[in-house]
Amino acid sequence: MAKRLDIENLNLYYNKFHAVQDVTLQVHARSVTAFIGPSGCGKSTVLRSLNRMHEVVPGSRVEGKVLLDGENVYAPGVDPVQVRRTIGMVFQKANPFPTMSIKDNVVAGLKLAGEKDKKKLDEITERSLRGANLWEEVKDRLNKPGGGLSGGQQQRLCIARATAVQPDVLLMDEPCSALDPISTLAIEDLIAELKKDYTIVIVTHNMQQAARVSDQTAFFNLPAVGEPGQLVEIGETGKIFSNPSQKATEDYISGRFG
Amino acid sequence: MRTDTADIERPAKTPAFQQLSPGRKAKNHIATTLFALAFVVAVIPLLWVLFTLVRRGLSPMLNADWWTHSFYGLLPNDFGGGIYHALVGTLEQTFVCALISVPLGVSVGIFLIEYGRNSRLARTTTFMVDILSGLPSIVAGLFIYALWITTFGLDRSGFAVSLSLVLLMLPVVVRVTETMLMIVPDELREASYALGVPKWKTIVKVVLPTSLSGILTGIILGLARVMGETAPLLILVGYSRAINFNLFDGPMASLPLTVYTARKTSTEAGEYRMWGAALTLVLLIMLINLIATLLSKLFAVKTK
Ligand SMILES: Nc1ncnc2c1ncn2[C@@H]1O[C@H](COP(=O)(O)OP(=O)(O)OP(=O)(O)O)[C@@H](O)[C@H]1O
Ligand SMILES: [Mg+2]
Repeated sequence: MAKRLDIENLNLYYNKFHAVQDVTLQVHARSVTAFIGPSGCGKSTVLRSLNRMHEVVPGSRVEGKVLLDGENVYAPGVDPVQVRRTIGMVFQKANPFPTMSIKDNVVAGLKLAGEKDKKKLDEITERSLRGANLWEEVKDRLNKPGGGLSGGQQQRLCIARATAVQPDVLLMDEPCSALDPISTLAIEDLIAELKKDYTIVIVTHNMQQAARVSDQTAFFNLPAVGEPGQLVEIGETGKIFSNPSQKATEDYISGRFG
Repeated sequence: MRTDTADIERPAKTPAFQQLSPGRKAKNHIATTLFALAFVVAVIPLLWVLFTLVRRGLSPMLNADWWTHSFYGLLPNDFGGGIYHALVGTLEQTFVCALISVPLGVSVGIFLIEYGRNSRLARTTTFMVDILSGLPSIVAGLFIYALWITTFGLDRSGFAVSLSLVLLMLPVVVRVTETMLMIVPDELREASYALGVPKWKTIVKVVLPTSLSGILTGIILGLARVMGETAPLLILVGYSRAINFNLFDGPMASLPLTVYTARKTSTEAGEYRMWGAALTLVLLIMLINLIATLLSKLFAVKTK
């Protein structure tokens, strides 16, 4: 569990559009790495390339390497399905499966992979829901549809679903952007809890959130409109927020941007 | 802060809410009347048809024989007999049509949306389906006649009818599958991929269940539609007054064909049979529509 990621010279394209240029960075095991930067600079694109979700978009292309504990997930012969089993993902918009109950949503990954042992599934349901701080709220209605939960509960359900398959790395794309402050705090607490077992990468537009939850922060930027997004700098979160080495980072963080 | 009651009771100079002007009131009345009139004009013929059908077709079907016997051995002036032979024919022909067109059409729909998006093959297929969906039923009948009877040298039969119905049904199934798959949000597919679920399993376990209710309803409504098709029947199968279970051999009755044939018997008994068969067909179609509604409720995505 919990592996490191080394991203080397990553270039990402949508058809002919060069979306992200030459990203090289390390994501340490059992820590939280935050991606920040203005809208459209390619944070989601980079994040989605880490578990090979980028290639789901027709016409997209990847150059460079993403090493999971030294193993390139883009090496020929690597099955993207396996990569995604090891590197899980939580999306900006909560997306529980509407036809499944709360319980089936949590264990969807296992069930669809063929796990049938009912006792094991029950255990994992409870463990994952407890881990996502949702157990107490839903334990009496596990067989009700997941779509009947509130937005914040749905997002925590999606986190439970992503952790139920016990990935090594958890990617989160603005997981709190649609949530109220209380649900946001619940999820931030959860992230702090999860980082004991997982390597976490989180995209956020909320500076305070990045400062609160992450160990290191990567700042991405667009040099100019129409040009590919770039990694400006990455460093320990405290340093990035108090004493960044690049002017652009300082401007962005202090709100003097553009 | 002091509030004078006098101040409160005094009317404001310009009230915020004004009375409707007479002009707007009149326009509202005219528009309401026009729409009500349109509704009546549309509904009268429908009710009239239903009323006529029930008035003339009800008495045959109150007889238990109607549901268990055929017209076998009836003389032109004999009342009595039943529609069983035609029910068997219609149900068998439609069922076989469904058996062929549903798996084929659903597969094509899945290919178009889940695999082929924007590929040349998908665009060509969509184009063909569009053309096929405008195909007149008489042409579908002629085509099967040319293929099945002229080219292959096989006999006219209930199965030939099923084949022509497949031509009419296939575009309906493809269309409804396409439309229903299209409205499944991509986020659900991505959520499934992100759990390490392969694409085919995502389609079978996530995408199809989400759209099942709509696909089923569309298919059943399509079947109800082809059930009443008459033109191919006139070309592709002979009418039989006896019960024939065999789709591949001999003449076979069906409800539309029975209506058509009974009309040619210009006796009171012939009329009696014609209206009885017509009402039976309409009731069958209504029953199927009802089933479609129930199934769509049953499989609808629930949130509570
Ligand atoms: N599916 C797609 N097809 C084509 N271009 C895309 C696609 N998704 C993103 N892009 C483009 O790639 C660039 C980076 O987008 P991305 O979504 O990664 O930005 P982001 O940093 O996540 O922005 P935000 O903060 O608004 O989420 C943008 O210019 C965007 O228009
Ligand atoms: Mg984004």
